[in-house]
Amino acid sequence: MHRRPAHPVAIRVMHWIGVYAMGCMIFSGWEIYNASPSLPFVFPAWATLGGWLGGALAWHLSAMWLLFADGIAYLVYGFASGHFRRDLKPPRPTEVVHDLGAALSFRLKHDLGHYNAVQRLLYGGVIAAVILQVMTGLAIWKPVQFGWLAGLFGGYPIARGIHLATMFCIVAFVLVHVAMVVMFPRTLKSMIVTVPAEIEESR
Amino acid sequence: MSTQRIKPAVSMAEIKPELEGLRRRGLLRSALTLGALTMLTGCDLSTHSGVDAALEAMLRFDDRVQAALFSRKRLAETYPASAITRPFRFNAYYAEWQVRLVPDNWVLNVGGLVADKRPWTLQALMALPQQGQITRHICIEGWSQIGQWSGVPLSVFLRRVGADTSARYVYFKCFDGYFTSIDMASALQPQTILALDFEEKPLAPQWGAPLRLRIPTKLGFKSAKNLEAIEVTNKYLGGYWENQGYDWFAGV
Repeated sequence: MHRRPAHPVAIRVMHWIGVYAMGCMIFSGWEIYNASPSLPFVFPAWATLGGWLGGALAWHLSAMWLLFADGIAYLVYGFASGHFRRDLKPPRPTEVVHDLGAALSFRLKHDLGHYNAVQRLLYGGVIAAVILQVMTGLAIWKPVQFGWLAGLFGGYPIARGIHLATMFCIVAFVLVHVAMVVMFPRTLKSMIVTVPAEIEESR
Repeated sequence: MSTQRIKPAVSMAEIKPELEGLRRRGLLRSALTLGALTMLTGCDLSTHSGVDAALEAMLRFDDRVQAALFSRKRLAETYPASAITRPFRFNAYYAEWQVRLVPDNWVLNVGGLVADKRPWTLQALMALPQQGQITRHICIEGWSQIGQWSGVPLSVFLRRVGADTSARYVYFKCFDGYFTSIDMASALQPQTILALDFEEKPLAPQWGAPLRLRIPTKLGFKSAKNLEAIEVTNKYLGGYWENQGYDWFAGV
């Protein structure tokens, strides 16, 4: 019997383009933050991209197009292919509580090609965070031309604060995500090469 | 003793564009740090010329997108007097103690594609229609502050000197060594003013005396202080920061 891949090729390609684009955005964003830090710390220079504010902005305003195109392609694919409906159904709170309890006691199953409630919550959450990040980014890039958008977030300074806070949420997701991949290395392989899904759809 | 100077084979003016180009490349090259190296395996790491070219091409693309997004009718938000930021932050490419005082016999020179190239005294500028604004000044570094300026709308001034408003750029030269240029559409936006006053008082030297550009639809570094000349031109003349890698359009 031919089983579907854990991750279709399109998802794998968009995932790694997204990793590169988001990496450029985060590391250049740290350099931009360092030009005028709004919190009492700066990011270490070795962790930043761009070398100086002008270079970092050049990276940030270049990679944003890649992130934007990748994100739009992912959303279109996600809706059109049924990926969101099938794999990223918003979990019920009871499912999350159950699966989170199981995860914290290391009893949660990690089946390739099937997301548990905690994964669905986190993946759905990070997709929402990236959308919020693009919107707050547009608001602080063009607070006059997109004045309605900046107004939606409470004006330029607040939109800038939300942009920073959302970055921390995305970085926190990445840390948890990478830690889980370290714990379940076969998930990394399934995001690179074609690996059959471990269970058939039963739901 | 001979005082005769040997005429150089090449004058500075002839190689200026090339020098600017080299300077610009060097500064964008410094944009490559360890972070960049880890992201760029496979690129030409010995010169990074390909990366520089790609980043520059993307900035030019961004400039075109920004020009397309810009509408002359869209106004920057204005604020009540109670919202003015105090104390107002000084900012320039030099420290505050290096602020230049207004030269004696200061006049504003006008050049390029204009019908009337007579220089303007402060008194003549003060006699033109004035307009005030309380708007947000947004720095490319991310911080922002609300200030109050008033002066002559640039569109009024350009019409008064018979400028060719179909020209592409308006260039600003300052007596503190700074310079910048903006697109004509932004120059004609009604909130773009040649400011004479800051907080209802004549500009003090650190705020750009005696005349500065105030353009709330662009990042702060476009609001050039201490003006000495304005030129209407079809030639791209860049700017102090723009030539080092800041995006030229810099719209907000």
